[in-house]
Amino acid sequence: MSDNSALQVLKPSDFASDQDVRWCPGCGDYSILAQMKKVLASVGAPREKTVFVSGIGCSSRFPYYMNTYGMHTIHGRAPAIATGIKAVHPDLHVWVITGDGDGLSIGGNHLLHAIRRNVDINIVLFNNRIYGLTKGQYSPTSPLGKVTKSTPMGVIDNPLHPLSIAIGCEATFVARTIDVNIKHLGMVLRRALEHRGTSFIEVYQNCVVFNDGAFSYATDRETKAETTLELEHGKPLIFGKNRDKGIRLNGLDPEIVELGKGITEDDLLFHDEKAPEPSLAYLLSRMRYPEFPEPIGIFRAVEQPCYDELLNHQIDEARKQKGEGDLEKLFHSGDTWVVQ
Amino acid sequence: MATSGASTESKSSPKKTSKEVIELTSATVRFAGDSGDGMQLAGMQLTNTSALVGNDVATFPDYPAEIRAPRGTKAGVSGFQIHFASTEIFTPGDKVDALVAMNPAALVTNLPDLVKGGVLIVDKNSFQPKDLKLAGLDSNPLEDGTVQGYQVHAVEITRLTRLAVDGLGLTQKEADRCRNFYAMGLVYWLYNRPLDATLRFIDEKFARRPAIAEANRRALLAGYNYGETTEAFLSHFRVGPAKLSPGTYRNIMGNQATAWGLMAGAYCCGKELFLGSYPITPASDILHELAKQKNFGVRTFQAEDEIAAVCSAIGASFAGAVAATSSSGPGIALKSEAIGLAVMIELPLVIVNNQRGGPSTGLPTKTEQADLFQVLFGRNGECPVPVVAPRSPADCFDTAIEAVRIAVQYMTPVFFLSDGYLANGSEPWRIPDIDSLPKFPVEHPGPAANGEPFHPYTRNERLARPWALPGTPGLMYRVGGLEKQDITGDVSYDPENHQKMVNLRARKVAGIAQDIPPQEVEGPESGPLLVVGWGGTFGAIETAVRDARKKGYEVAFAHLRYLNPFPSNLGDILQRYEKVLVPELNMGQLRYMLRSEYLVDAVGLNKVKGKPFASTEIEEKICEMLGK
Repeated sequence: MSDNSALQVLKPSDFASDQDVRWCPGCGDYSILAQMKKVLASVGAPREKTVFVSGIGCSSRFPYYMNTYGMHTIHGRAPAIATGIKAVHPDLHVWVITGDGDGLSIGGNHLLHAIRRNVDINIVLFNNRIYGLTKGQYSPTSPLGKVTKSTPMGVIDNPLHPLSIAIGCEATFVARTIDVNIKHLGMVLRRALEHRGTSFIEVYQNCVVFNDGAFSYATDRETKAETTLELEHGKPLIFGKNRDKGIRLNGLDPEIVELGKGITEDDLLFHDEKAPEPSLAYLLSRMRYPEFPEPIGIFRAVEQPCYDELLNHQIDEARKQKGEGDLEKLFHSGDTWVVQ
Repeated sequence: MATSGASTESKSSPKKTSKEVIELTSATVRFAGDSGDGMQLAGMQLTNTSALVGNDVATFPDYPAEIRAPRGTKAGVSGFQIHFASTEIFTPGDKVDALVAMNPAALVTNLPDLVKGGVLIVDKNSFQPKDLKLAGLDSNPLEDGTVQGYQVHAVEITRLTRLAVDGLGLTQKEADRCRNFYAMGLVYWLYNRPLDATLRFIDEKFARRPAIAEANRRALLAGYNYGETTEAFLSHFRVGPAKLSPGTYRNIMGNQATAWGLMAGAYCCGKELFLGSYPITPASDILHELAKQKNFGVRTFQAEDEIAAVCSAIGASFAGAVAATSSSGPGIALKSEAIGLAVMIELPLVIVNNQRGGPSTGLPTKTEQADLFQVLFGRNGECPVPVVAPRSPADCFDTAIEAVRIAVQYMTPVFFLSDGYLANGSEPWRIPDIDSLPKFPVEHPGPAANGEPFHPYTRNERLARPWALPGTPGLMYRVGGLEKQDITGDVSYDPENHQKMVNLRARKVAGIAQDIPPQEVEGPESGPLLVVGWGGTFGAIETAVRDARKKGYEVAFAHLRYLNPFPSNLGDILQRYEKVLVPELNMGQLRYMLRSEYLVDAVGLNKVKGKPFASTEIEEKICEMLGK
């Protein structure tokens, strides 16, 4: 990230705007905001070249709190707006901040298409499995049976799984992390920043008011070693407090096995975030609590051409082939006649 | 050879070789056939050729919404009408002087528009029992008296075309695809048109398929020679060049003029153009045209939907491009929320609405003017958006430049409210001198000195806020759909501030009235009747007003380009006439606006049939209101 202004050393506080942060006390969003500022400062990201774009929802207030360029737009449309920004200004570092409702419900279409185009943006989806800003209706990621204000007898529609969708769109960078796991969160944000193309990050984010403890299985000190599995490129899938369990492939299905008793690490599934085919990443995205430990980390990180790069390449090519556009010439192209 | 028994022929006595040439000041020709018969192509070629011989031209393509409706049925009839003249003309013509009908369905659906005694050319070979059945006819219109009173030429177009292309190794299907060129050849002879431009077109278009090129060439010549040599046609016509103002001309379609106008607008303010669009009839050609202009730095983005199209344009505008989105009514409905965002965050944006018949999907390929209320009011909250409307296909160019000017100078979205009739119609365009285009360079604020706060909602004398671009050090600012604090742009829920900002946004748009030309009136400065029009009805109204004046009626005409805000002198103008007539292809939307703005007792002439006005419809109303 070389830039003139990068010469000055930025502190996380340099990325804080003058606005009071107004999320509920204890909200997971605070942690993500803090890590974002820290990561951007640590890599020396130029503030004037950074743009945060959001839609509507609690998470979408995020741009107001960053001392960068920002757009707090309309519900679900941030990926489309970010695409327009990158199309005409590919040098900018564009972050899309969204939530499970904004990104997967009202804005599902735009999310799919931004990802499949591989626009060079970083999408951070705060998944709290609830509508917080509108005070407690179920979201597209709320589990079956969940009782909310709009589902007094429980949710009856199947939830969406954000990473499975992103991988289905052949996202080139897919990751999951957890709001309270700040070191991991920082690592994932940094990796996303370094990735060229669409980075899609799902953050498990606790809504203290309307869905408190939705992810306690994955965050509680007692259970998290058994319920989550930290992915590392090139390493076998091992989890458990004593790191004595692993994931093995049985045909096309993952299964939990105990290490020892004739099963060694070599029998386990090895993580390959660079696998050209998204099948492994998809399989990992299907591993869900309570049947499996839920993977966190980088599911997929592959290089593919980006939309904004290709678009601007076509502009350059057209100029090379046809020369810089000349309106006079264009208007007189084809058949013309002169009236004296 | 085939002359029809039903032909009434012309009165002059049959002569052989050199045929009589009759001078006309204008002619209207319509090609009608199946939607796969190449009628649009035939019409475009005749248009281009007529323009090149110096005629004034105006065209009106009329085609079905289905790409290939069942062959031979009335639903599948596609037509292209062209009016060419040696005088200045403003419409594609109310009535048709010569009709080419490639099948029975095309004949019966178009015959009512042919003038009595007009030339009717039909493909006799496609009036077989099965063709009649497809058209839903019980008897053959060539024999049952339907075509009585017209100069009927029932030519074996299919058979003669096949003969003409014989030996080129074409399949019958391929041979039959040349029928439109045969029909064109006949019409070219009938109106004394040179063949060279169309022959050149054939060479270019079919360069990679020499057999097809040769077949079309032969078919065109065969048709032309048929007119020249057979005794069916005793005379033909000449329409001399029109006295247009000096300059270099080309034929231009509305959508092309719109696309080029947007490019020119970007050029005039020294920026590059971005178009976010989603395919929709009748606006897609703007996307197609601009997608070709990459070497001008034009970036086009075919979005996943209408909402993403406008949102990408808003993003591009934030990042510093001249941004536009193009659509029609149903797409505009989807864009409404985002347009409100553009109003709130005060970014320049041009929104093209090529109106079509509505509501809902309505009549996708037919024209209408019923989206005026939609663009004026179709958003939540107090949400003013300037609206400009072109009056003719070529005027789309100037009006698009004006839309860009208002957008960038006032930091606001602007509606360019056109319609399907203008979008697909064409006319000669005097190519402007590039240096004569208006210049309105944009200034973006430069980097801010260290620590000095940047206030994105300060305003200049036009009440426009600064267009600060990402990438500029020190200006980092946040915008959004939440109400903005005056000056700072911070989120504000303060009641006084909201009132103030609503007033400011309204005043900003209203203030544009001081920055546009005063409304012009054609005809008497005061008097018994003023006709007020807007948009694509200009040609029909202009023709009607001129014709009425020729008959001694005292009538004035004001055609509005600016629909929001209205020109500042419009109220005064309206008061100077005893009566005001507002012809519109809707149920009275501009009339409603004039009545509510100016308390004037305007009368409407309203029609929503998916068709433009015939000038005679308007003329009759003028005469009726003037009571003679």
